[in-house]
Parts: sequence; C-alpha cells; structure tokens
Amino acid sequence: MDLLLPHTGTIFWMLIAFSIVFFILKKFAWKPILNAIKAREDSIEEALRSADRAKEDMQQLQADNEKIIAAAKQERDAIIKEARALKDTIIDDAKTKARSEADKEIEKAREAIKSEKTAAIKEVKEEVAKLSVIIAEKILKEKLAHGEEHKELIDKYLRDIKLN
Amino acid sequence: MITGKGLRLTFLFFGLFFLVSMLTASEPEQQEQHSTPAEHHNEDNEPFDPSSFMFGHISDGYDWHLFDIGHKSISIPLPVIVYSREKGLNVFMSSKFHHGHAAYKGFHIAHAGETVKKINKEGEASESDVEGKIVETLNSGELAVPIDISVTKNIAALFFSVLLILFMFLSVAKAYKRNPNKAPKGLQSWLEPVILFVRDEIAIPSIGKKNYHKFLPYLLTVFFFIWINNLLGLIPIPPGGANVTGNIAVTMVLAFFTFLITTIRGTKSYWQHIFNTPGVPLWLKLPIPLMPLVEVIGVFAKPIVLMVRLFANITAGHIIAMGFLSLIFIFAEINPYLGGGVSIVSIAFIIFMTFLELLVAFIQAYVFTFLSAIYFGMAVEEHH
Repeated sequence: MDLLLPHTGTIFWMLIAFSIVFFILKKFAWKPILNAIKAREDSIEEALRSADRAKEDMQQLQADNEKIIAAAKQERDAIIKEARALKDTIIDDAKTKARSEADKEIEKAREAIKSEKTAAIKEVKEEVAKLSVIIAEKILKEKLAHGEEHKELIDKYLRDIKLN
Repeated sequence: MITGKGLRLTFLFFGLFFLVSMLTASEPEQQEQHSTPAEHHNEDNEPFDPSSFMFGHISDGYDWHLFDIGHKSISIPLPVIVYSREKGLNVFMSSKFHHGHAAYKGFHIAHAGETVKKINKEGEASESDVEGKIVETLNSGELAVPIDISVTKNIAALFFSVLLILFMFLSVAKAYKRNPNKAPKGLQSWLEPVILFVRDEIAIPSIGKKNYHKFLPYLLTVFFFIWINNLLGLIPIPPGGANVTGNIAVTMVLAFFTFLITTIRGTKSYWQHIFNTPGVPLWLKLPIPLMPLVEVIGVFAKPIVLMVRLFANITAGHIIAMGFLSLIFIFAEINPYLGGGVSIVSIAFIIFMTFLELLVAFIQAYVFTFLSAIYFGMAVEEHH
C-alpha cells in the first residue's frame, strides 16, 4: 500500500526541515532557555539557602536577646532587692535616731519642767511666806490688843516653830 | 505507568489500523473504479466511497484540497519540483494538472492501472504500479518516474509547523533573555512546564544527571516537533489537518535521527555490549554469533519500532475520525434523514475521538521522546 511506503521527496524535505529546526532551536532557543531556567533555579536555590541562613541567624539573635533579657531581669531583681534592703535599713536608722532624739527632747523637757516646777514652788513658798507674814502681822496687830491672849499665842507659835 | 498505557494504546490503534486497512483492501474493485477523489466528483449519482474519502485525507497530495462547490474541487495549488533525465529540473504549480486531469510539460499524475517498467539488477523487467505519483512521458512514449521533490500537502504543512515552532521557541528564548531570573509570562509560562517535564521526567531519569545535557536539545526538539504536528493534524482546516506525523517518511526521518545520535554517541561499553555481551555463555557467541546477531537486529529494530508506532497511532486516529464522518454519508445515501440521525452520533464520536487524540498527541510525543532518551541512556551507560 502506498501509505506504508516512504516517499523520497517527503524524506528529502523532512531531513532538511528537521535538521534546520534542530540546528536553529539548539543554538538560538534551547541554549538560552535552558541556561535561563538553570540560572533561575540556581538563584532560587541560593535565595532559599540564604533565607534559611537568615532564619538561623534570626534564631541565634533571638536566643541571644532572650539571654540578655534574662540577665537584665536578674540584675533588675538584684538591684530592687538591694534597694529594698537599703530602704529598710535607712528607715530603721531613721526610726531609732528619731526615737533617741525624741527621748532626748522629752528628757530635756522633763528636766526643764522639773526646774521650772521647783522654781515655781520656791516662788510660791516665798509668796506664801510673805503673805503669811503679812497675815500674821495683821493678826498680831489685832490680837496684841488683848494682852493675855497674845502671850499665849506667841508661846504657841514659838512652840510650833521649835517643833518645826 | 504512562508507558504501559502508551504501549497498550499503541497496540489498540495498531489493531484498529490493520482492521481498517483490511476492510478497505477487501474492496479492491470499488477502489479501482474510483481511483482519485477528483474523478469521483465528476460523475453524477455515484455511490460514496469511504475508503477513497479516508485515504484521500490521510495520504499526501500534490494540492491541498479544501472543499468542493458542486462538482468543482477547490484546493490550494502547491509547487511541483521534478527532475528528469530528459527534461532536467522542472518547477511549476500543481494547478497546471487541473486536479490530475491534465498533463503539463509531459508530466502527469498517474491514474489507476498505469504502470512503469522497472528493470532490476538481474535484468528482469517488472511492472510497478505508480497510481497517484507524478510520471513523465518519455520521448520514446514510455512512462518513467522522475525524481520528485514536490512540496506536497504534507510538506507544506511541515513547513508551516517548522515556521510555527521556530517562531514559538525563538520568541520564548527572547523572553528568557529579556527577563532573566523572573517568573515566566504568556507563552513562556505555557511552555516552561513542558520543557521542565522533558528535562526532569524524560531526559534525567533515563540518561542520568551526568550526560543528559548532551541529548536534551534533541529530545526537546523531537518532543515539540511531534506534539505540535500531532496537534496541527487535529485541526480540520489548513494549515492544519495534514497527516504529517502519520506519514511514514516523516516518522522514518525522526527515527533515523534517534538512530544516528545513538550510534554516534555510543560508548565503547555500548558496542561491547552488542558484539560481546558480558555475562552470556560463550557458545551463544561462537562459532555462530547468535547473541551479537540478536543485538544487532535490536539496534535497527528500535528505530523501526519508533517509526511504525508514531505513524500507526496518528494515522489510526485520523482514520477513525474519518470513518465516523464517512458513516454519515453512507447512511445519507440510504436515506437523507437516516444520515441526519447518524450525524448526531457520529459527531459525538468524533468529538470524543478528538479529545482522545489530544491525549494521544501528547502521549505519542512523550513515548517517542522517552524511548529515544532510553536508547541514548543505553548508549552512554557505563557498565562496571
């Protein structure tokens, strides 16, 4: 059958056509296309690898940050603790100081009150003495008008004074 | 596995192909009566002949038949290039033949029954049938076959596909040069996955990472050449519709390239494997070189298988589609309404077949490329 027999003209043209297609595509199409695909694949792979590296770096950085933060926290806690202790001692000191100061003041005041009291009592005594004398004078002036009685009274006072 | 499916499809189509060719061969009388489709249209009330209709489509022609208006056949004339010893080189358009009815400059398209005397080496003369070929009437009055490199329908379609392929891939290559390291766009993004498929699924697994780049340009060329021509063959209007990859000469040249590259690139161990297969008992090689003989047959059988598989698959697809189409006319001859009814079923089948053929177009391109890659892989494989 004619269909199964290759025709010479068709073979001739097909050889030429396919050779031209093969040659042109190989040189001007497959080379740039395959190179471009390869280059792109390489660049994508490179980008992925550098992304991985960046991720690792990030993780490293994050770990470092956490370490730094933990250290800072620890330091802060220590400082706060120290400060709290300091505060307590300062307050205690202030309290004891204040107490002793206050005690001293109170003591001083007591002393002053005491001396003032003594002075006042002394003054009162003197005043009382003066008044007593005045009263006594007045009484005497009156009593001495009655003789006998005066004598008795004087004796009595004298006795009293002696007893004192 | 796709290869398994491809092979099964191959057998299926092979079977169908031979079935159809046997059916047509069983009606030789009818064939002789209506030898050319052009003649057939000039007679009134002539019964529809499915075999000439089908083979008129799938075989080559000196002009590209488009359609008929009444009894007038409309076709694109194509250049005829013939060289004869008596008249030298002749180039003219095929329209000079008036669809095979007229002779021009002593050349004409042979009708059925015209034969050419051939004298073989032993000096015995034999008559050979040249129906459909361009023959030359010699000065002596005898017929002879000139050297014929006419641009026939298939070759015109081949040229169109070559231009299309070159345009596609050169523009894509330009796109890659213009935008390096960028995502593909347009045609580029349509072709890139296929290029990567050929590289990563065909070339690298069958040839190996070390050597695949030597064969990749050929594999890509052959893959896209077959695929695009298969697809163009499915388009029913010119410049598609020709049966390029279903032409045995075309598949022969493709298989020849695979054979040539395998032979040229074959390493020492490849040839050793053929002529002195290791691990085979000596009595298979000496004194009768049984094993080398089998291996040498294998070397030639591989490209022949490639050639026949592609040809048979694509031709079978075309024959089936044309067969369904013929059914409409066969039934319409019995009764026009019956033809109308059958046309619904036929068109549905043709649509189904076209979808199947779309798949076959890819599978056959894949199978041809994949087997070529396997042969190249064998040629460069290093045995330890």
